[in-house]
Amino acid sequence: MKGVGQRSIRGNGRFRRSRGLLLGAVITFASFSASLAAEPIRIASKNFNESYILSELMAQLLEEAGFEVERRFGLGGTLICFEALAAGEIDLYAEYTGTLSQVILGSPEVTEPEALNTLLAARGLEVLDPFGFNNTYAMVTPRAVAERLGLVRVGDLADHPDLKVVVSHEFVEREDGWPGLARAYGLTSAVRGIEHGLAYQAIAEGSIDITDAYSTDGELARYDLTMLEDDLGYFPEYLALPLIRQSLPAAARDALAPLSERIDADTMQALNAEVVFAKRSFADVANDYLMNEGLVTARNVGGGRRGELAANTWRHLQLTFAAVLSAVVVGVGLSLAAFRQPLLARGVTYVCGLMQTIPSIALLALFIPILGIGVVPAIVALFLYSLLPILRNTLTALTTIDPTLKRVAVAMGLSRREELRFVYLPLALPSMFAGIRTAAVISIGTATLAAFIGAGGLGDPIVTGLALNDTSLILEGAVPAAALAVVTELLFEALERWLIPAHMRGS
Amino acid sequence: MSDCVRLTDVWKSYVPGTPVLSGVSLALPAGKTTAIVGESGSGKTTLLQLVNALESPDSGTVTVFGEPIPKDRVRFRRRIGYSVQGAGLFPHMTNGANISLLARLEGWSAEAIRARIAELLEEMGLPEDARDRYPAELSGGQQQRVGLCRALMLRPELLLLDEPFSAVDPITRVGIYEKFLQVQAQQGVSALLVTHDMREAVKLAQMLVIVRGGEIAQAAPVPEVLAQPANDYVAELLRGQLE
Repeated sequence: MKGVGQRSIRGNGRFRRSRGLLLGAVITFASFSASLAAEPIRIASKNFNESYILSELMAQLLEEAGFEVERRFGLGGTLICFEALAAGEIDLYAEYTGTLSQVILGSPEVTEPEALNTLLAARGLEVLDPFGFNNTYAMVTPRAVAERLGLVRVGDLADHPDLKVVVSHEFVEREDGWPGLARAYGLTSAVRGIEHGLAYQAIAEGSIDITDAYSTDGELARYDLTMLEDDLGYFPEYLALPLIRQSLPAAARDALAPLSERIDADTMQALNAEVVFAKRSFADVANDYLMNEGLVTARNVGGGRRGELAANTWRHLQLTFAAVLSAVVVGVGLSLAAFRQPLLARGVTYVCGLMQTIPSIALLALFIPILGIGVVPAIVALFLYSLLPILRNTLTALTTIDPTLKRVAVAMGLSRREELRFVYLPLALPSMFAGIRTAAVISIGTATLAAFIGAGGLGDPIVTGLALNDTSLILEGAVPAAALAVVTELLFEALERWLIPAHMRGS
Repeated sequence: MSDCVRLTDVWKSYVPGTPVLSGVSLALPAGKTTAIVGESGSGKTTLLQLVNALESPDSGTVTVFGEPIPKDRVRFRRRIGYSVQGAGLFPHMTNGANISLLARLEGWSAEAIRARIAELLEEMGLPEDARDRYPAELSGGQQQRVGLCRALMLRPELLLLDEPFSAVDPITRVGIYEKFLQVQAQQGVSALLVTHDMREAVKLAQMLVIVRGGEIAQAAPVPEVLAQPANDYVAELLRGQLE
């Protein structure tokens, strides 16, 4: 697991560059042209195996050519990667032609790299030559079954409607999944859904005959599965290739050129299998390949992952603390400003509630053009999610104070400020506190999403662990996160005891 | 005998067209307790709230301490003690803190505050250790007395009492009446008591104001009202509640 540690250690460099200070931005801008040459090349990867390996291959080639490389691996999917690239937060990552044309550009008819480049040029982006393999959907069956029944092409399934076809849930539903496939090939088999991760196990045990897979999955070789040929070309091509900013220096492009059409599907399958089954790091697997091919001379020495736990936990706490603290300031401030006007109070609560409904990945993607990726947008997202519980609890408490007490406060001659200071705020404190406590605990859980935009924290091992299907790595993030949540609960309980008289405390 | 509060032709309505007070004129003598008696909805609480500017009249004038109500409401209200039904004590403060809140804001010395609290607790017949306890730890009657202590803390010139005794059980109530009468006699403070209980009004007040449907049915010293009810309604009210 060396590669994971190496990734995180190198990743830390990005925080020195984190924006947020206007001054910093101005200085950066002023010295932009001067520092261009010295800027490291920033490579991202998505959060699955193959993407990590491809990015590691590119990173090591660039390093071999003398470039300084900054790894921002494990970003939360296509949307985040592409937005980060378009916003100039990263310089390149590995993408797939099918994803580009269907998901990103929304032009399914455009499939060739040259044609894609025409569309990408408008955004200052471009693709380089494909790596040489097509990672598309495939229907797979155990070799023994294929040989026994003479299955070679997808169309052959039409003669065996009794085969047990069990595919991933998404594939059952998607129009471009099973329904379209069955129509194209005239298949009549009944189909059921299964969790993709479980499908391989089920097929190995012989409880299912056919499932869907990605054509470069490492599991295909491992479980001795045969891919049925898509002779009608039903599945779109997903040629893997580097997606770069046009501003990428020519020397960097040259450094990547040896990967052009070099990796076939079997090789990619083998590299994927090395990581998944041999439990080797992305960096090691990539380095072995490049050494064997004679593309790099240096042995890539990855650092150990020990000591990462403390760093991840610390970063996690920083993110949460900054977010919750600012949510307290803003949430309580807004509540105080709004609580005397019922309409305004409702409006504010409504807007905050709306924030809560934006899915986290979408929110992060929305931020990229403004805030980029890294610590700042992570804190802003957590801040927005923390705002509602604090604001709503505080507002509710302030607006539901016993009218008699309010009347007494005015009648006895308290000024507005004194009313707040001596009556309203202390009375709202228990509920406000409960809101802050909720926000803090939720934030600790949600802060794992920071890993999706390269902000680190305990989400880092979770995201990598999910990509590797490595439970112990997942737990390395999940257990401390859960522990932090419990400790936070206890701390707040103690604080509450200290701050709020017993008869004022809620249950 | 000067007037502490004077209302002249005061009109007030919360819903247009249905006045709560219809042209009320009234003078409260200084140094005496005036009781406003009426059924719920008669406008008696609105009358009281016009005095400390919790409400303002639609038309007519209100003068307190011989002047129109000044702009600086905070200063003005601190000259007026206020006590309500259920005491309205702040639950997050000890009784001592409730009583002394205004004095602290006025910058009284800790020593002066301590002495005044002790004096008030004694006058109201409350145990000394009530000071450091929270309102929730006291009985309803004790809370009501703490509320009176709070209202009296700054030695106000005028005391507004909005049904302060009605949530207290009858036996406890008699004890509080005694304490109130003693304090009122000692300090010579003017008081305006709003109540629906004629018995209480007769016991505590020197002046009676009987309101009905937003108008004054009779306003006169207590013996005069008892001897000569101005109309059938007053007579009925006296008979119903005093016999």
